[in-house]
Amino acid sequence: MLNAIFSGDTPRSRPLTAILLVILVCLALGPFLFDGTRAFSTLGMICVFIVVVASYDLMLGYTHIVSFAHTMFFGIGAYGMAIATDAMGNNFTAILVGLAGAIALSVVLSLLLGLLSLRVKAIFFALVTLAVAFAFLSLATQLYNITGGEDGLRVRVPRELGPAFRPFDGELRGFSIVTFLSGLFTEPGNLGEVLRESVFKVRFSGRELMYYVAFVVSLLVFLFLLRMVNSPFGRVLQAIRENEFRAQALGYRTVFYRTAAVIVSAVLATLAGVMFALINRYVNPENTLDFQLMVFILLMCVIGGMGTLYGSVVGVALFLLAQNYLQDLLRLFAAQVPEGGVMAELVAPDRWLLWFGVLFVLSVYFFPTGIVGQLRIWSQRRKPAA
Amino acid sequence: MASLQPETVSRPVLETRDLTINFGGHVAVNRVSCAFHAGTLTSIVGPNGAGKTTWFNLISGQLAASAGSVRLFDEDITSLGAPARADKGLGRAFQLTNLFPNLSALENVRLAVASRHRIGHVFWQMASKRRDISDRAAAYLEQVNLGKRADTPVANLPHGDQRKLEVALMLALEPEVFMFDEPTAGMSVDEVPVILELIANIKHQQNKVILLVEHKMDVVRSLSDRIVVLHNGELVADGEPAEVIASPIVQEAYLGVSPDQEPRDSQGAAV
Repeated sequence: MLNAIFSGDTPRSRPLTAILLVILVCLALGPFLFDGTRAFSTLGMICVFIVVVASYDLMLGYTHIVSFAHTMFFGIGAYGMAIATDAMGNNFTAILVGLAGAIALSVVLSLLLGLLSLRVKAIFFALVTLAVAFAFLSLATQLYNITGGEDGLRVRVPRELGPAFRPFDGELRGFSIVTFLSGLFTEPGNLGEVLRESVFKVRFSGRELMYYVAFVVSLLVFLFLLRMVNSPFGRVLQAIRENEFRAQALGYRTVFYRTAAVIVSAVLATLAGVMFALINRYVNPENTLDFQLMVFILLMCVIGGMGTLYGSVVGVALFLLAQNYLQDLLRLFAAQVPEGGVMAELVAPDRWLLWFGVLFVLSVYFFPTGIVGQLRIWSQRRKPAA
Repeated sequence: MASLQPETVSRPVLETRDLTINFGGHVAVNRVSCAFHAGTLTSIVGPNGAGKTTWFNLISGQLAASAGSVRLFDEDITSLGAPARADKGLGRAFQLTNLFPNLSALENVRLAVASRHRIGHVFWQMASKRRDISDRAAAYLEQVNLGKRADTPVANLPHGDQRKLEVALMLALEPEVFMFDEPTAGMSVDEVPVILELIANIKHQQNKVILLVEHKMDVVRSLSDRIVVLHNGELVADGEPAEVIASPIVQEAYLGVSPDQEPRDSQGAAV
């Protein structure tokens, strides 16, 4: 049963299983474990970006297709939803129309890109996707009467997915892990008080409902991709990654397989864009189409471990946590060092990107196969010894 | 057309007609016409750079011909790509080992079996659940004595094992035409008989076409029904093994030009 759910591709490393379980529990019980809007939005973004990065891994890690157009498909989903609700109002018909329209456009564009890969290979293909993505970005900024230009668009979500909606009456309680842990740290003697302080009221609204929609979709997409990469189709993709020439000699029309991978990946990125729009309720070129976002997607994929899928989960969680909380961590450090010195300059909260860069270089240097790849190597080494 | 098999009344399985390719000004294969009938093993010999592998690439579709045609079962397949030709029954093993290095030996063969059974598009089913495919793949691995190496990533296999796997992949495609490009090159002496026996077995099936590029003259002599000699991209001799080896053009073009052949060959040259 479990084997069928994971398509026979289990984490294959105890520490990795533990990490994944922690992430799963945190996401599943998120609104009940973390207090505050910032934590809530981080959780939502993790769900959305697991879909984005896992679908990117299908191309990059499993098929060795380097594409810079992934944010374009993400943006198509996000803008599709924003434009549809803008034009048709905040109802579920608008959501369906936006979703269908965005997916249709993505399928057409990704089909063209996939067929293009027949003629244009490797780095040249990557450059073409880059050009297409930039063209799309400038279109989105310039067609301001449709897209809102640089200002972007507010997404009008249905009442059922908004903060005013209460799916059920009655109070719900959550248990704040952060309060509990910091309480345990500062006043370990006073356990009863710490426990009491950790309990907080959860106001379960349409936003939480939307979060759980995103969580379930993200989980299903992940399991779907896991099945796909472990199917005969997925094996052909890996064969193309390893040796496309030989895959052809075995009778596989590799263009068909590559195009299929690009289309599946694009459709899933579009779906993620739709969820992003519904959670974030604001779409602009910077948060959906920007090239920096593309680089971040690439980083999350590489840090986690290309061609493992689990890597996308770990990479996304780690990256978004660092992006959101590294500044806080640095603020803590900065409070400990005297002002004005070199040290203070280095640990100033604004330097978070510098430290992030250092972390990235270290992780690529020490874990060339990504975190997941490295954890699996360690587990495998320990096995024969035991 | 220089068919030297008057006793065969059946139509050829595979045929090249005036097959030509030029790279810039260099004509690597020059108007080569040759027909191959079911149940025969033809060795292709010639010095390095004679165009043997290029000719193979033209037949199996890795290269597109500049002129001339390739026909399989009387159908012109010149315009088809490599995947379509493999689909139609052209099996190819490569001279330079050409596998999927990070996949296991079994997975490599399984890819060939899956292609033969046309299940590459199946994305909803776990590959490991297709016992039929896995069992067949395992059987082919066993045939080349690699059963114990099934789970080893190909990159970690010794060269000789990779050569054997190369052959297993072609067997798994169950083709009508087997194209071996120096299948025993770089193999240790005790591994060679395994491959030769496999080739002999295919030959005994009587209904397949086997093409063999091989430098070892004893192998060529013992297995071949016919020898074709290429030199500078042209077909210079074609006929019974003894006859071809003795012909002056081969003595000069092939055996004479390569004095560093095995001793047996230089003795042959002295006749």
